[in-house]
Amino acid sequence: MEQKKYWKGLEELHNTKEHQENVKNEFREDLPFEESESLLNATTPRRDFLKYLGFTTAAATIAASCETPVRKAIPYVNKPEEITPGVPNYYASTYAVDGEYVPVVVKTREGRPIKIDGNELSSVSGSASTARVQGAVLSLYDAARLRFPTINGAETTWAELDKQVTAALAGLAGAPIALLTSTIISPSTKKVIAAFQAKYPSFRHVTYDAVSYSGMLLANEASYGKRALPVYHFENAKTIVSLGADFLGTWLNPVEYAKQYGVNRKIDEKKPEMSKHFHFESMMSVTGANADERYTHKPSETGAVALALLSAVGGAVSKPAIADKRLAEGIEKAAKSLRENQGKALVVSGSNDVNIQIIVNAINNQIGANGATIDWASTVGYRQGIDSDMVQLVSDLKSGSVGALFVYGVNPAYDYYDAAGFTEGIKKAKLTVTFNDRKDETSELFKYAAPAHHFLESWGDAEGRTGYYSFIQPTIAPLFKTRAFETTLLTWSGNTTTWEDFLKNEWITKLGGQEAWDKVLQDGIIEPALAPAPGSAAFTGDVAAAAAAINSAKKGGKLELVLYEKVAIGNGKEANNPWLQEMPDPITRSTWDNYAVISNTLAKTYNTQLGDDYEINAERKVLKIKANGKEIELPLLILPGIHPDVIAIAVGYGRNQNAGKAAGGVGKNAYPLVSYNGKTFDYFSVDTAVEATSKTYEIGLTQTHNSYEGRPIVKETTLEEFIKNPKEVNEDREELAQQFDHDFRKNGTLYPDVHQYNGIKWGMSIDLNTCFGCGACTIACQAENNVSVVGKEQVIKAHEMHWLRIDRYFAGDENNPEVVFQPMLCQHCDNAPCENVCPVAATNHSSEGINQMAYNRCIGTRYCANNCPYKVRRFNWRDWNGADSFDNNLYDVGGMNDSLTRMVLNPDVVVRSRGVMEKCSFCVQRLQDAKLTAKKAGRPMKDGEAKTACQVACSADAIVFGNVNDKESRIYKVRNEEQTNRSYYVLEQLHVLPSISYLAKIRNKDAEPKAEVKGHHEAAHEGAKHEA
Amino acid sequence: MYRRVSILMRKHFVSVLVLCVGMIASLSVKAADPSKGKTLFQQNCASCHNVFKQVTGPALMGVEERWSDKKLLHQWIKNSSSVVASGDAYATDLFSRFNKQVMPAFPSFSDADVDDILAYISETAAKGAGGDKGKGPAGATAAAGAEEGGNNSLLFGIITLILAVVALILMQINSNLNKLAADKDGVAVPEPVPFYKNKAYIALIILALFIVGGYFTINGAISLGRQKDYMPEQPIFYSHKVHAGINQINCLYCHAGAEKSKHAMIPSENICMNCHKTISEYGGPDLYTAEGKKVNGTAEIQKLYDHVGWDSKAQSYTKPGKPIEWTKIHNLPDHVYFNHSQHVVAGKQQCQTCHGAITEMDEVHQFADLSMGWCVNCHRTTKVQFADNKYYSIFEKFHQDIKDHKIDSVTVEMIGGTECQKCHY
Repeated sequence: MEQKKYWKGLEELHNTKEHQENVKNEFREDLPFEESESLLNATTPRRDFLKYLGFTTAAATIAASCETPVRKAIPYVNKPEEITPGVPNYYASTYAVDGEYVPVVVKTREGRPIKIDGNELSSVSGSASTARVQGAVLSLYDAARLRFPTINGAETTWAELDKQVTAALAGLAGAPIALLTSTIISPSTKKVIAAFQAKYPSFRHVTYDAVSYSGMLLANEASYGKRALPVYHFENAKTIVSLGADFLGTWLNPVEYAKQYGVNRKIDEKKPEMSKHFHFESMMSVTGANADERYTHKPSETGAVALALLSAVGGAVSKPAIADKRLAEGIEKAAKSLRENQGKALVVSGSNDVNIQIIVNAINNQIGANGATIDWASTVGYRQGIDSDMVQLVSDLKSGSVGALFVYGVNPAYDYYDAAGFTEGIKKAKLTVTFNDRKDETSELFKYAAPAHHFLESWGDAEGRTGYYSFIQPTIAPLFKTRAFETTLLTWSGNTTTWEDFLKNEWITKLGGQEAWDKVLQDGIIEPALAPAPGSAAFTGDVAAAAAAINSAKKGGKLELVLYEKVAIGNGKEANNPWLQEMPDPITRSTWDNYAVISNTLAKTYNTQLGDDYEINAERKVLKIKANGKEIELPLLILPGIHPDVIAIAVGYGRNQNAGKAAGGVGKNAYPLVSYNGKTFDYFSVDTAVEATSKTYEIGLTQTHNSYEGRPIVKETTLEEFIKNPKEVNEDREELAQQFDHDFRKNGTLYPDVHQYNGIKWGMSIDLNTCFGCGACTIACQAENNVSVVGKEQVIKAHEMHWLRIDRYFAGDENNPEVVFQPMLCQHCDNAPCENVCPVAATNHSSEGINQMAYNRCIGTRYCANNCPYKVRRFNWRDWNGADSFDNNLYDVGGMNDSLTRMVLNPDVVVRSRGVMEKCSFCVQRLQDAKLTAKKAGRPMKDGEAKTACQVACSADAIVFGNVNDKESRIYKVRNEEQTNRSYYVLEQLHVLPSISYLAKIRNKDAEPKAEVKGHHEAAHEGAKHEA
Repeated sequence: MYRRVSILMRKHFVSVLVLCVGMIASLSVKAADPSKGKTLFQQNCASCHNVFKQVTGPALMGVEERWSDKKLLHQWIKNSSSVVASGDAYATDLFSRFNKQVMPAFPSFSDADVDDILAYISETAAKGAGGDKGKGPAGATAAAGAEEGGNNSLLFGIITLILAVVALILMQINSNLNKLAADKDGVAVPEPVPFYKNKAYIALIILALFIVGGYFTINGAISLGRQKDYMPEQPIFYSHKVHAGINQINCLYCHAGAEKSKHAMIPSENICMNCHKTISEYGGPDLYTAEGKKVNGTAEIQKLYDHVGWDSKAQSYTKPGKPIEWTKIHNLPDHVYFNHSQHVVAGKQQCQTCHGAITEMDEVHQFADLSMGWCVNCHRTTKVQFADNKYYSIFEKFHQDIKDHKIDSVTVEMIGGTECQKCHY
């Protein structure tokens, strides 16, 4: 099969001189003298040098020979029965932040939560999670959290706060009270709010979502009479068309949709079929990157695309003119596929425009999705905010007609489009109380702060969809003097019941007894025994009116702006999480910042100063962007695949210093660029002006790190070709086998095979078809293995520590590239090149096939990293976690060097010190634990008992792991029975014999015209020439 | 940490003495065996009964005299409620005097068992009445006598040194005589170099110093961070010998984590109080610190009470408890993963293998040096329960090899027990 040329960025595509230079010098590290001018210019005489050398040697000797410190062992006075030191406890809970619904299980050790994974019992998300769910455990130990209630910023007691607030509430004399929250999916919390309302009739509750889905809610009300969101069933869809809905990354509840979507992306070799996914968007999202057919358009054309699609599937609307030929063809193709899969198709849209969503509803109605892939019998409450309510509240605030304002879990002073108006309005309210967990942009303007618990310290419940409940129970006693929001509200409404008792009473009454309640807490969820059949709702939307409104909408200008959420940071609420800040964005591969994403075409048009080294240097030119009457300066970042006339900016950045050490001052706030169209918020601007400035700004981009230097490491084909000739994708493996007498393992080398795997041989298989690149595994690995955060400055030097990275490759046309995500981690080679270059045997091979790393043996020569063909070894250039032990040696990234934050560390895994190499260990601590459990019980280990952290976190089960020697194991079956045609090893021809196999990617798209393939072939040759 | 070494001899004397006492005691075999009774008593009765004192149940001294019918007493001990139900006057009275608290039934006791227990009670009661306090302390007198079998190498060393000095003197004399002879003959001989300026001597001495110094430096460096024989003073004089040795309390009763967790677990104070609610006085053999200072066992129990806030007179917790800050003896570096349950449950190892004769230790010291070499040596020689534990059924090759008599057993090393990531991750 023809080898496609894959490239990480334009520098690699164009193979610039600077790129070649960069790749050549990958392992060259300049001495860190740039940090100190005086050191560099110092003239140290030889004698001084010897003196220092002598002194430091003597000092180190003396320090080392000091008395061993006396350690204490302090047992409990009265040990709680369920705690055994050294044995983890698991508690079911729920990640229900801002309306997302992910039932989880929290692992605690010695009373500290250290890891969050999905709750396997949940049919909504199973054991899957997202990067943000994984990261939530670190947010618990966030040093920026408020540690006590305050009045005007000064510490106070809860009793005093209660006294003052109740007095103030009584003194309002009927002036309206408003509670502003983000989406709440807890039925019991809503009851508490209702109880408060009963006490204060002038009360109203306003829901405000930082990134709004108001358009969908209102459109559904207009179309179906329900101001709600339906349950989507991506698993029932053969054709999926997304109009800018990033349902694998950020849209509503991505973990649920990714799980469903994955069902039809898996390939059964005996009966190869998969869903077909069309994607129309402006920026490139994770979902778009996974689409089979992807088309771009300007944000102003979204309505036209929806209308064209409706008309093409037979809707009674006139077809709008689509200027872009490729786009028009794409709509036709998508429509054809939708029509062919009547009742097995689904269209979703990420637009916040009511009219567009009505059109989308009409399309779904037309293609029979309603009642098949869209379930209106059950609904979800993932987002409930109505934009006009919020606008009304702010105008009430400004007119001084609001007596008291409470906020809980929202931060409008930061993320409201008219933050200034909101700030001005607060000053007119008589009583202001914030329940937020930190002194954020909003809270600092409020008189009273009544900080609520983190969800891991709280009680609670959540209703994911109708009849699906998940519960929240404390996994740790509150770290600070915080109090549940609900308890506070109950107290102020004159009810002495605590929130815990309130919730318990509610559910014990509902379930009929303590025993049932205990069971529910243990399971964490209540779900109907049988999943209810999808039901439909009668469509009554006014399509003609919506179409008219769309057609009369403002036409776009030359350049348009679109605002988007990043997978890790989202709306910015959890921005103060160093793990999430440092997670490379799946698409741009950058960390720690937001930026103006533009296409290469656009970059060229107004900027002549971009040199050839531009792509590989961290320094980026800063652009001044004017949109919706606001101005913002951001560095530019070139991304293939974005529409040439579009600039994309991520929201969620630009928090102030009070948000915390990690979030404070990182990036710029893009929320002011949002506009209000009279009904809903628009996250785009149709008329945008851009000018280049002379400033530059460094971006921590990981794209240029670990170049694979043009070697063939990704395999893919199209579904059509695969059905025609399933063997073709692995042709080269076949050749290799023939060349070596059908035993490449044995005959591929002169040396004898020294490794015997008598008991277990661990192996992993990664399906490139179901890896969506969301990054949950990266953060799961980070949490499980104490992987350090290094900070932007060090990311720029390619010192990031992630054991598991997800490489994103482009292929094909620069403007409409295809994308492949490839998780890359230590391949645990049987013939590991790293092992035989280690001078101290710190890295060597285990009898179970693990390439083991003994950190305390490592002397830091870094030979192993230089010799690794997969470039997965990470070196500790600094002491990332314990630098605070020296006062003047602080290199603290995002507050990770803090006794509080260090509570998140997994006690079963060593925290690596400076100067040692580290890499993926296949989560050896989990494997040892699973083996021990079986050994203690005197039984063989079962398949699936030992799971790696990345495997558990994956929403689409892309990762299969197990004992290859066990013929009953999933991994054996995948490799030897189920996926023999797709299974391949990366760089197999090197004869390093990796333990990780990959399954070739299959795209459900038409085969490419032959001519283009030839072009790639030539390009590949050129690459080879360069290498030579 | 060398506190122990200096007093080792005295300790040995104590243990020999104890052993002798034990042997004499075991010789006096009676029909009913009070020593067997003691074990039974401690396992079953001691949590509620004391021989001399009333605790949860009545004091047991003279119990046989109090009951008119021995058969009834036997029945009472085995199943007290049946006696109460039968309406015996003494039994009903006893039952109501103790707030109608039912004594648990012991159906497993045979008549012989009960006799043993009663024999133990009467024996203890007799001893108590006779006053067994104030036995002569294990002897300061004996300590000197134990210094025997000194090391020969010291002797050889001294002889070598003397010989070396003699040789040196002789050489000096020789050179002086030579000089005299030469003077006499009138031959001009250069002034001899004094020995401290003689380069050969200096070179020799430097070489010797280098070897000796190097030897100590290397040994010192290897032992850095190792704490063999570490025996810190603990906040409470807790004697493992008294608990695990004399009273034969199972190790796992207190160190319950050894079966479940990586940590054996220092017992929480509520575990101590399971027994010490009733045992408020120490009546065993005299206790001495390693330095030979006498320890008042009862006062040490009082220290426990002070920590947990227990008032032994009022028989209730009167103050909030505070934890005991024990000094940790066995310290492993952070980069070592050690799991007790793996060794105790899967490996079926005895505690003593690594912790030494813990039942003989009043104060615990570190028995093994806990070095990597020590761990690995054991892993090399220890055989795993290969046939018995079904976990190992996956090792088909080894099973075949055993069948073919190629190997007779499988050691921990053969299944990866000496690989880095067995313990380091």
